[in-house]
Amino acid sequence: MSGIEEVLGARRDVSGAAARAAARVADRARDDGLTDVLYAEVPSPFGSLLVASTRRGLVRLAYPDESVDSVLERLAARVSPRILEGPLDRERRELEEYFESKRDRFEVPVDLSMVAGFGRKVLRATARIPYGRVLTYREVAARAGSPRGSRAAGNALGANPIPIVVPCHRVVATGGGLGGYTGGIDRKEFLLRLEGHLAQ
Amino acid sequence: MGDALPPFQRFLDEHRDPVYRFLLAFAGPSEAEDCFQETFLAALRAYPRLRDASNLRGWVLTIARRKALDAARRRRRADPVAEVPDAVDQAPEADDGQVWGLVSGLPPRQREAITLRYAADLAYREIAALMACSEPAARQSVRLGLARLRKEWRG
Repeated sequence: MSGIEEVLGARRDVSGAAARAAARVADRARDDGLTDVLYAEVPSPFGSLLVASTRRGLVRLAYPDESVDSVLERLAARVSPRILEGPLDRERRELEEYFESKRDRFEVPVDLSMVAGFGRKVLRATARIPYGRVLTYREVAARAGSPRGSRAAGNALGANPIPIVVPCHRVVATGGGLGGYTGGIDRKEFLLRLEGHLAQ
Repeated sequence: MGDALPPFQRFLDEHRDPVYRFLLAFAGPSEAEDCFQETFLAALRAYPRLRDASNLRGWVLTIARRKALDAARRRRRADPVAEVPDAVDQAPEADDGQVWGLVSGLPPRQREAITLRYAADLAYREIAALMACSEPAARQSVRLGLARLRKEWRG
């Protein structure tokens, strides 16, 4: 190899400048409304939560067990690939206050566009359960318009794309058991305890 | 139908370095930043309509190339004497800056082929696709460019 090819091929390290330029692209894209989904990682007692919002509202909240990449890839396929990292200050603040027991309802709107049909009705009914209260699967199914659909309601809650904010942890089994939970039963217990529903 | 489109943030993270390096060499340091912004904002606008995700690097470099050529055209219009991107303000850091300064003085096809090959790290097949020529023609442009650079370098 001749000298000149080595010089040309020794790729100059531009990573710092390119990273700054890319951050400016992201800022401008947000300012110009070119993004469809913004995401951020938000700290919580469970570790870092991935939070994603569209213009309509919070569309996804993922526990740390799910890989960020796979969550974002699904959002790209289901909602839009125009996804950029963003501050999401409001979502961050409300979650922080919730975990510090300074907030008993979320004001950020939710976007249930990843959920179809009966599942959406179930999650809407679930979103209306007040802080610290619980309903059974059957009650939620009834409120969603299908009194005998408790199994379907359970499935919809298990697939809830926005846990915590759409409080599927407030739906429990008939007869006093906690029932299942997307994020694992320990987290359900933690959240119900935080809300004062279970004794400390 | 190609692969699934990655989230734009991943696409940006993955291709920002080669695009930046390409623009630094092809558009010149004074234009690189603006061209970079325009390239990725244009890519973001078009992104959801993109049907084939199998060659995203080639796609974004096509946009970058067009933005660089537009910038050069604008500048020529503003200052007819300025022919090529400023070879001189190419970073003064030793060999590397000096050679890339010489690259910007090459005939357009050679300059482009060399930049795509060495700054953007593309294969000849991809360079050919981008420059709308055959693969042997792309190799030839690189070869001629290198020969000329060798003569001028430290000459």
